[in-house]
Amino acid sequence: MNCRECTDFLHDYLGGELPETQQRIFEGHLELCPPCVTYLESYRKTLALGKLVTDEPAEPLPEALVKAILAARAS
Amino acid sequence: MVEQPDATPGAAQSYGEGAIIARLQAGDAAAFAELVRGQGPRMLAVARRLLRSDDDASDAVQEAFISAFRAIGNFEGGAKLSTWLHRIVVNASLMRLRNRSRRPEVSIDELLPKFVEDGQHIDEPREWKSPEPLDALERRETRELVRRLIDKLPTDYRTVLLLRDIEGLDTKETAELLGVTPNAAKIRLHRARLALRTLLDPHMRERGAT
Repeated sequence: MNCRECTDFLHDYLGGELPETQQRIFEGHLELCPPCVTYLESYRKTLALGKLVTDEPAEPLPEALVKAILAARAS
Repeated sequence: MVEQPDATPGAAQSYGEGAIIARLQAGDAAAFAELVRGQGPRMLAVARRLLRSDDDASDAVQEAFISAFRAIGNFEGGAKLSTWLHRIVVNASLMRLRNRSRRPEVSIDELLPKFVEDGQHIDEPREWKSPEPLDALERRETRELVRRLIDKLPTDYRTVLLLRDIEGLDTKETAELLGVTPNAAKIRLHRARLALRTLLDPHMRERGAT
């Protein structure tokens, strides 16, 4: 396995979806390749950083939009 | 007309939710106002993330509520009301997204990692500082940065990343909404994450530079 192939497997590896044989090959590559370990960690952190967006505060609905929605229901 | 998710029986409703559903199904105007004020903010946030336009997001939320009001009579509690509304506003937003003209976009290939002929990284990846723990200000700044960078992704990739990693839909549901196979959705998500990683890299390296 080379670094390009290792990168292709990141999604399935972190999702626990790699078949056992491929996982062994993948982890074998990581043992020999510090750059891919660094890349894997940054990919993992990318997912963690993405989760921050789920905490975005929700602003109240503009009153004009509330009125428009309720008026559309009534009509 | 916005496509409706199934509203089949199953999960038990809390008393509070059961009560508001009963009032909505009875046509109680105050219950509709409560629903719009209670669930609307979260729905607007979802629509804004997907559409990147306040006007389009407001229209999508309005369409979603109108669609939900029409279907509320058939809602039997198979999902939480908030989950059901979330799916409806995602659908409404995706329909608007499909129908509007695309802005010129960067190619995803420019954002994917580069390798030399034998498959090794061209640029050796650099360590990132851990994103945790962050104080409230850092958290807000980092969240805004991530949001801005997600918005730089090509639409197809931005959408799949938002649906899977931010809105929490599973692969099957995401694939159905996007009209692609589950495997295509997985590949697209992986590329979107790789591209977001590329965009984050200079910022996270700077933070981790010693």
